[in-house]
Amino acid sequence: MATRSPSLQDAAPAEAAGSLRARAASRGFRWRERNLLIGGALIAAIFLVAIFAPVIAPMGPQDTDYTARLKPPTAQHLFGTDNLGRDIFSRVVWGSRIDLQVGIFSVILPFLVGGAVGCLAGFFGGRVDAIAMRIADVIQAFPFLILIIAIVAVLGTGLTSVYIAVALVAWVSYARLVRGEVLVARNREYVEAALAMGATNGRTISRHILPNVISSALVFATADIVLYIVLVTSLSYLGLAAQPPSPEWGAMITEGRTFMATAWWISLFPGLAVVLTGIAFSIFGDGLADALRLGRR
Amino acid sequence: MSRAQFVVRRLAQMVPVVFGITLVVFILLQMIPGDPAATMLGIHATPESIAALRHELGLDRPIWEQYLRYVSNILTLDLGESLKYKASVSSLLQDRLLLTLQLIAYATLIIVAIALPLGIASAVWKDSLFDQIVRALLMVTMVMPGFWIGIVLLTVFSVKFGLFPVSGAGDGPVDRMHHLLLPALTIALGIVPLLVRALRGSILEAMQADYVRTARAKGLNSAGVVTGHVLRNALIPAVTLLGLSIGYLMGGTVVVENVFSLPGAGKLLVDAIGARDYPVVQSTTLVFAILVILVNLATDLIYTLLDPRVRVG
Repeated sequence: MATRSPSLQDAAPAEAAGSLRARAASRGFRWRERNLLIGGALIAAIFLVAIFAPVIAPMGPQDTDYTARLKPPTAQHLFGTDNLGRDIFSRVVWGSRIDLQVGIFSVILPFLVGGAVGCLAGFFGGRVDAIAMRIADVIQAFPFLILIIAIVAVLGTGLTSVYIAVALVAWVSYARLVRGEVLVARNREYVEAALAMGATNGRTISRHILPNVISSALVFATADIVLYIVLVTSLSYLGLAAQPPSPEWGAMITEGRTFMATAWWISLFPGLAVVLTGIAFSIFGDGLADALRLGRR
Repeated sequence: MSRAQFVVRRLAQMVPVVFGITLVVFILLQMIPGDPAATMLGIHATPESIAALRHELGLDRPIWEQYLRYVSNILTLDLGESLKYKASVSSLLQDRLLLTLQLIAYATLIIVAIALPLGIASAVWKDSLFDQIVRALLMVTMVMPGFWIGIVLLTVFSVKFGLFPVSGAGDGPVDRMHHLLLPALTIALGIVPLLVRALRGSILEAMQADYVRTARAKGLNSAGVVTGHVLRNALIPAVTLLGLSIGYLMGGTVVVENVFSLPGAGKLLVDAIGARDYPVVQSTTLVFAILVILVNLATDLIYTLLDPRVRVG
């Protein structure tokens, strides 16, 4: 981001300021590249761990060894073992499959539903827009986590209920974001030209508007993956999402909670896995956002 | 438009939202797969007990009549009866809500106490080593699950060092503050990164404004510029963000009350889910939502008081 300090702004003549701006822009370019690269590499590594879990993990997620219960981290058990003698490293590796799937699946439905509603509301305006936005107002009046919890409570605990609950609540953010972008795009010359040339509404939206407005929703979705991984770990802790003995990271933290004072490794390593995954998606999301912002300049 | 007229107009704008909230909360009960009465009573239900509960909850009446009855009950502050506790939900919520609100207020104080100095220092020493360390730490904090932070704090400070109680809310103001410090800190750590980010951004923006240049030209030192000119303007978006975070804070209380075994409204909600006590789930959700829109209203009012440029009209 090319933010200049006040003193430079005061002193520099126009040409110098121009060159500073160019240098700052190239610095910004490198920084966004770096964020995208680091975040992308970390995400790729986590995906590789999930894909090759059977090769990487020395034991199965539910394999027990009663002779090695509550063992601290050693060369044999990198992250130690739990009260049933299960290898924590293996469970964290297997758990990456569940948590990545949860993060991505949770984003897909709200992205599609919210994107469609936002497109229609922004393009058609009038009653369609008013109804969609009033529903959005009501849903956004609820505390996000509490409404999710209430919906999961009535649908029954489990990951499927969580996906449905997230879709019912989280579409609103995507709808508002896409609607705002469509409202701007709607009045652009290329859209007016397409309509004047006889393109149907459907074709105008899908061929001309959508490709121009979808990028910001994609950036938002990348950032949301972290939110949903953390959300599901929290719901698992409350007993509403994944249930033990699932190696889902939140469920693992919950299982290790009672042993925290004596066998801290049971809860610590799955927690660190959440943090590392979160950082990876955050850095990547920041990089994408910067790339989008600079690209628009 | 006077401030009183503004309040009346904002209250009027709230009416359809509150109506929508009651509708969503009412629909929640209809979303229960199968017969809600049978689900609530569980495996020990008999056809007679199911029929009795259906009648008691009004489930044997037309849907529109059920909704009208539900709304009229809410208007008389009748939030229904808990199946688990055999008591009115209003009475159950009364004490628990007070604890939850205290927890939120405490968390808000901690947020301000941490975020304000960090935000200012990060902006003043922009891109310094300090700024970069703060930003890295905040990124890590932002992605940490709240309950995990809570468990770690509880284990280290309560179990290992015995500095704080392991559970309970304490009696008397001082004891309560002692009991609630770790839970409030856990909730606060979720919002602090957002607020520091917002403050840092708005301070940096304000530092480029013409009035700051004028203040510097008049010979005011950096501290004077920041406290006397920059901060007053930069605080406005931060206050708005803090107000908008109330929903997050409430969600945080649900998780944290369960980690620290605090008898608040959030713990009541989760316990009610386990017991399939749906009237409590419904009413707690409703009360939380109403509180959020009241806080948002208060934030709007504070905003107009803080920033004279914002016309109430």
